Amino acid sequence: MSDNPYLPHPVRIEQITIETEDKNLRTFKLVFLNKADEEKFTFIPGQFCEISIAGKGEIPIGIASSPTEKGFLLFTVNKTGVVTKYIHNMQEGDIIGVRGPLGNWYPWEAMEGKNVIVIGGGFAFTTLRSSIVYMLHPDNRNRFKDIIVVYGARSPGLLLYRQELAEWEKRDDIKFHITVDATDDPDWQYNVGFVPTITEQKITTSKDSYALVCGPPIMIKFTQPVLEKVGFKPEQIIMSLEMRMKCGIGICGRCNIGDQYVCKDGPVFTLAQLNELPKEY
Amino acid sequence: MSDKIIKKEELQDFLKALKKAHEVFVPAKEKDFYRFNPLTDENKGDLNFTNTRLSPKSLLFPQSERIFEYTLDEESSDAHIVKESSKDYPSTVIIGIRPCDAKAMRLVDVNFNNPEFKDPWWVKHLESMTFIGLGCNEPCSTCFCTSVGCGPFNEEGLDVLLFDLGENFLARALTPKGEELLKQGGVDKDANSGLKKKADELKIEAENKISSHVPTDKLKEKKVDDLFNAPFWDDIAFACINCGTCTFLCPTCWCFDVQDEITKKQGDRIRNWDSCMFPLFTLHASGHNPRPEKVQRVRQRFMHKLKYYVDKYNNGVACVGCGRCVKSCPVNIDIREVFSLMNDL
Repeated sequence: MSDNPYLPHPVRIEQITIETEDKNLRTFKLVFLNKADEEKFTFIPGQFCEISIAGKGEIPIGIASSPTEKGFLLFTVNKTGVVTKYIHNMQEGDIIGVRGPLGNWYPWEAMEGKNVIVIGGGFAFTTLRSSIVYMLHPDNRNRFKDIIVVYGARSPGLLLYRQELAEWEKRDDIKFHITVDATDDPDWQYNVGFVPTITEQKITTSKDSYALVCGPPIMIKFTQPVLEKVGFKPEQIIMSLEMRMKCGIGICGRCNIGDQYVCKDGPVFTLAQLNELPKEY
Repeated sequence: MSDKIIKKEELQDFLKALKKAHEVFVPAKEKDFYRFNPLTDENKGDLNFTNTRLSPKSLLFPQSERIFEYTLDEESSDAHIVKESSKDYPSTVIIGIRPCDAKAMRLVDVNFNNPEFKDPWWVKHLESMTFIGLGCNEPCSTCFCTSVGCGPFNEEGLDVLLFDLGENFLARALTPKGEELLKQGGVDKDANSGLKKKADELKIEAENKISSHVPTDKLKEKKVDDLFNAPFWDDIAFACINCGTCTFLCPTCWCFDVQDEITKKQGDRIRNWDSCMFPLFTLHASGHNPRPEKVQRVRQRFMHKLKYYVDKYNNGVACVGCGRCVKSCPVNIDIREVFSLMNDL
């Protein structure tokens, strides 16, 4: 057994799900080839992996499954660069690699006994899915008070995990606000409006709360003042960052913000921590 | 710690004796510059050098190194499975490395060999090596090692330090490994107190010859944001052409890239030196780039060495004052001036 942190574990693509109507996002369900690798692989929601494709390279992708879902890992991949374009053309049964888990995680211990406000936009909902599944698990649900989610995309067809969203929306142990920027679907039964606007309507207090915020920069920019207005302090706002990465373990030198490596010291930072760092991300 | 004597005319015997059990690298002149090459019958080494043009970091962190391999042949049962490449780490002795370059390896070691992750190739390369350093009797005008916690006879990172006393080398064993190596090389004659005294004087003399000094005392207490937003970056970066020479020559620059290369159905995963001077270094697949402008990249290089490293590791600055970047920068960007600007902001 190697303890080489650069060596990926071999996995098989068990299932591929097309998530969005533009087909740019697919979820890959991966199963470890070696039982021993699977047993050693323990992670916490918020962490990511390097997905490794022999002949193409590696990409850092957040883990979309929850540690409470056993026997497989889920990764939702946006078709963008060399590796992601290639993996989008792969088939169920193909062999790839996974390296991880990498990075830190959402502050679950600090959030215990608190309300958890999850705010997501577009395809940055992957580790938030992991977090929601994790919190809703019977073993964990009573560790947290209210769970409120605002999740939006440009249009209904661009929302991830639509079947699960519909189920979560109906539950009474989580308040789920689905929204789209715009739609011409007359049967659309959820919200219409940008994520910051819906957040303003639905999140009215910061008392005993943490906000997990993941989304495009423009969404974060306009959500932040909304949260601050209802009293969220920078310590209560949690974000997950992206960077170009190679090693994933804080050694290759490219993903730094100040003296912090996003791959190892992050990707999860509180707004308070980010405020201490140079604005270079 | 023991001080032995190697007569200069007996140096080749010493090297030959070492070569029986180790790979031996010596400084060798290639055209106008020096570099570390294997000791052979043709290459006997040349210790009359100031320093090698490239730092010797490539001996343990090669510019290009295969780390993994795999097959894409579907007929093979292990197709697409990435595997470790077998690699030998023969016991290697580096002769004549300068104290600054030896210290640089200690500074870089905190990156490659940290409590959470060990870079296996760096660790194995380093373990396989013994460093016989050569103190600098005549430092260059661009050397500023004494300002950055180093010096012309600094011992950190070395197993043996050689003092050039004219007719003899005084060989100071600094580690058990170094002691053993001298024994192996047949060096057993103790230095008398006169030669020891001469060596100590040589050290002080050389330190006094360093004419370049930089301030570092206030770097730690400076606020990151103040330095990051300081008004001088545009001026520093103005002439920079982002050629990356400074980062490739620097003994403490460690950034790397990982690339896959395929020949027919056999593939290799290779790690290559990379540089924060290049825009591709940080370019996201989406097109977003946190450091798209050269001024941001120049700032990153200096901030990393003189502030981020200082804050993160509490290990001083990530610079040993070798002066290579000062000497080789095509547009005369001088890190010594940046030290002053940052420290005295």
